[in-house]
Formats: sequence, C-alpha cells, structure tokens
Amino acid sequence: MQKGETKKGQENLWGSIIWASRSFSKSMPLILGVILLMGLFKNFISSEMLVSLFNGNVIRDTFTGAFFGSISAGNAVSSYIIGAELLKKSVSMFAVVAFLVTWVTVGIAQMPAEMGILGKRFTITRNVLSFALAILVSFATTITWVALS
Amino acid sequence: MKGTGENKQKGKKDQGGFRGLYFLTSVSILYVVMMILSPDKTASSISASGDLLLKIIPVLLLVILCTALMKYYISPKTVKKYVGSDSGVKGWFLAIAAGMLSHGPIYVWFTLLKELRDNGMSNGLVAVFLYNRAVKIPLLPMMIALLGGKLVIILLFYMFAASLIQGMVVKLLLD
Repeated sequence: MQKGETKKGQENLWGSIIWASRSFSKSMPLILGVILLMGLFKNFISSEMLVSLFNGNVIRDTFTGAFFGSISAGNAVSSYIIGAELLKKSVSMFAVVAFLVTWVTVGIAQMPAEMGILGKRFTITRNVLSFALAILVSFATTITWVALS
Repeated sequence: MKGTGENKQKGKKDQGGFRGLYFLTSVSILYVVMMILSPDKTASSISASGDLLLKIIPVLLLVILCTALMKYYISPKTVKKYVGSDSGVKGWFLAIAAGMLSHGPIYVWFTLLKELRDNGMSNGLVAVFLYNRAVKIPLLPMMIALLGGKLVIILLFYMFAASLIQGMVVKLLLD
C-alpha cells in the first residue's frame, strides 16, 4: 500500500499499528504455546542426559546429535555450552556440529507456530532440508577442521 | 467470485487461530500432567517460560512496529522488486543480511515474514532469512571462547553455503 492510500480503513500510521497488533494477536496462542514448551525442554532435558546418548559410532552419533539439536530449544548460548561440554567428554565433532546446527536451524518445538503462520508445506520442506543440510555441514566442517589441523 | 476468495482466505486465517488455541490447550494439558509427575521441575518450567516471555516482549513490540511500518510505507510492488522471485542477487543479500541482523526468537518473526510473503517475497528468500538467523553476530565472541575460533570460522562458512543451498531448493520446490 502506498503512503496516504486507503486500504481496509487504514488511513494513517496509527491505523497500520492497530492492524499489525490485531494481526499479531492471532499468532499469540501459538507463540505462548512454544514459550511454554521451551520452559519444559529447558528443565527436562539436561546436558548429562545428552552425553549418555552417544556411543562412538560416527554415523549414529551424528544423527543422534542432529535429532537432539532439533528437539532442543532455547538460546543458542546454551547449545554452545552443551556442545563444548560434549567435545570435552570426547563425543565426536561430527555429532557436536550436527547438534549445534540443528539447534538453530530446525525447530520441532516451534513447528506448530511455523505451520500455523507460514504453512505446513513450507515448514516441513524447510525443516527437513535444514536437518539434511546439518548432516552435510557437520561432515564438511569436521573434515575441513581435521584437514587444517 | 472475489467474495468467495475472500471468505476462503478468512476461513484459512480463522483456522490458523483455532490451531493456535488447540496447540496452547494441548501444551497446557501437558503441563497439568507434568505437574502431577514432577511438580518441582514443572514449576521451574513455568518460571523459565515467564522469564522467556519477559525477555521477548521488546522483540514482539519491535516486530509489530516493523510490520506496521512495512504495511504503511512499502507497497507489494516494492517487496516484489527487492525480495520477490525475480529480485536476483540483491534479494539474496538482503535476506541474508536481514536474517543475520534480526534478533530475538525465530517464531516472533513468522508473522512479519508471512506479511512480506503475502506481498510478494519468495519462499526461497524466506527460507534464507530463517537459516541466517542461526548466525548470531553478538554471540560470536562467546561461540569462539567455547568452541574455538577455527571451528567457528569453518562452521559459519559452511552454514552460509547451506543457507544459499536451502534457499535455492525451497525456491525450486515451492516458488
């Protein structure tokens, strides 16, 4: 809409702000649900639980890392702390990188919100691709890291 | 016919609102179950969720303001020109930069992206924006301190490449 043009009764910036607030309020139940889910994840999934899931098999561990990064949620700093701890405990870099990448690119917890707002097809395509790319990124990163060491 | 299209659109939006309420109700039921099984941890979860909500309120307000300004100043024609299917390299760089610079949780940006997409932004560039949110510039020093500079540089290089691949594949499949 061009400045000054009337659309659905919006004649000024204040009208646009009211429109944006109303539009956003429709997404609030989804956003509140995601926030509540994240609170649960934060308290029920600990780094000790994660360490116990890796057994040294590179392929299996990479997928395990990617899976747990996908279902975990919260600030990226938490993933760096857990990732550093996993590396200290000799979990393979393939698994740790896959975990770090899916933590920030795949969002199982926020999927209902993403589907509700951006659509089911887009959400599934984006998250499946992000998961697959995280596996590729983990292999590329680790191989490059070893080659440069 | 136009009226029918509008009704369909309205129906879709209402369905989205109901889906949100169903989701919130399901999570609330999950909390009730967890409260019975593990009251202390569930109480901590409620507290953590409250803290998170307080933290994101400024970002929510920022997103509402951005959406309003965009609605007021930017025409669908302009959106199509800069981030539409035919926006070219300029559109990709804009989506990458905007993704990296946006802050706060990813889900608060969904409504703004939907609005941009409704006005002509391509799905490929929405995906690029979302992938590049993974690169948190203010958190880089902490990432380097915890994981090492070499690993971070290599990882960010491949993540940047992955964001472009994802954008291209999404564009190919959905646009």
